[in-house]
Amino acid sequence: MPEMEYVEPSSLSEVFDAFDRYGEDGRLIAGGTGLINLMKQRLVQPAALIALRKLSGSLGTITSENGSVRLGALVIHRQLEASPVVKQHIPLVAEAFGHVATIRIRNIATIGGGLAHGDPNLDPPSTYLALDAMVRIASRSGSRDVPIGEFYKDYYETAVQPGEVVTDLIVPNQPAGAGTAYIKFLPRTADDYATVSVAAVVTLSADKSRFQDVRIALGSVGSTHIRATAAEDLLKGRQVSPASLKSAAATVAEAVDPLTDVRGSGDYKRDMAVVWTRRALEQAVVKAGGKLE
Amino acid sequence: MPYPISLKINGRNYNVDVAPDRLLVDILRHDLGLTGTKESCSVGVCGACTVLLDGQMVSSCLLPGVLVNGREITTVEGLAQNEELLPIQQAFIDHGGFQCGACTPGQVVAAKALLDEIPHPTEDQIKDWMMGNICRCTGYYKIIESIQAAAAVNP
Repeated sequence: MPEMEYVEPSSLSEVFDAFDRYGEDGRLIAGGTGLINLMKQRLVQPAALIALRKLSGSLGTITSENGSVRLGALVIHRQLEASPVVKQHIPLVAEAFGHVATIRIRNIATIGGGLAHGDPNLDPPSTYLALDAMVRIASRSGSRDVPIGEFYKDYYETAVQPGEVVTDLIVPNQPAGAGTAYIKFLPRTADDYATVSVAAVVTLSADKSRFQDVRIALGSVGSTHIRATAAEDLLKGRQVSPASLKSAAATVAEAVDPLTDVRGSGDYKRDMAVVWTRRALEQAVVKAGGKLE
Repeated sequence: MPYPISLKINGRNYNVDVAPDRLLVDILRHDLGLTGTKESCSVGVCGACTVLLDGQMVSSCLLPGVLVNGREITTVEGLAQNEELLPIQQAFIDHGGFQCGACTPGQVVAAKALLDEIPHPTEDQIKDWMMGNICRCTGYYKIIESIQAAAAVNP
């Protein structure tokens, strides 16, 4: 096998030149925490590594714009966790990032890398789904925005095509007065992937008695992260009560398709998805000012 | 194809030619003979290979050297200054913060990063920070006591 090559483009245009040169055998590398593990397992054997480190100036910033937060693809996890802009406008996302692996990984891993990795067990994507984020993807011919709901295609597969690179994630600010929660079931160790994880965003009516809007997304429950739309629809307009939460959470059993692995059987994860959805909703309702007697 | 990189490790400059997928832990241990850093799980989970990259702790087993070209690395060998141990190192000795010692370089480097960022951590902060450094002798209480003792002498 020929020796692996390495290039450090200093502009997006040079990234596209590298794509032209290496084709699908050239792999982008940002922090490398995802790719290196895939290479160690011999699942990926690139002919060339195309490092993005020289683009961290342009793609490593967080800005607040037009009611959204724009996160550059090369923003590092801990940079996001500490960002005042993120904490102010999308604290749910900051909360989920605090659950990713360990500080050692969060000091290296980038948000664009996490997106392009397409691993259904990661923590942040549930919050992107619950907040209707948009992924900006660039190619030689320009850039396109893909709604996060259309971004994840299958296990480790995303909407990113050959010749394309993720440049930004645009997350709308959390709705005013919304209560949010991100919770993660960890029966093994605190730094593990979740057995199931749930993000919930709840907006209540002015008198806090009814659900105005509800967004629920889950991770580790199938080949991609999912939105629990049946549960959301069931709650919208309904009275806030333990019974309404319970009946909505029950619908999640039909929405998930978990794999059996060391973190539990598919059946167990399905049951836990229901339980943890109810708990996430309870927390979000209380944070939104609702009462559950 | 070997790629030339330069690293500042423990205050000293090193120039090496490395393959693009040569990992920092292998560069340290095998190319430069800095064997204080250990490798155990090799997938970024156990913490044995913890080093500081510009002062922030990272897993050297997941990090290709080419990605840290030009940056500053601190390993366990770089903690003591002029043969004098840091308080955190002395505390691990005084409080029995290790048994077999295999995880100790990673533990000490992680603890140093903690005390640099939070000079007086609570017990919960210590547990949260050190959660990713696994000790198979399960000496966790002694490790927490060692860190608390080192924090106590911080200004």
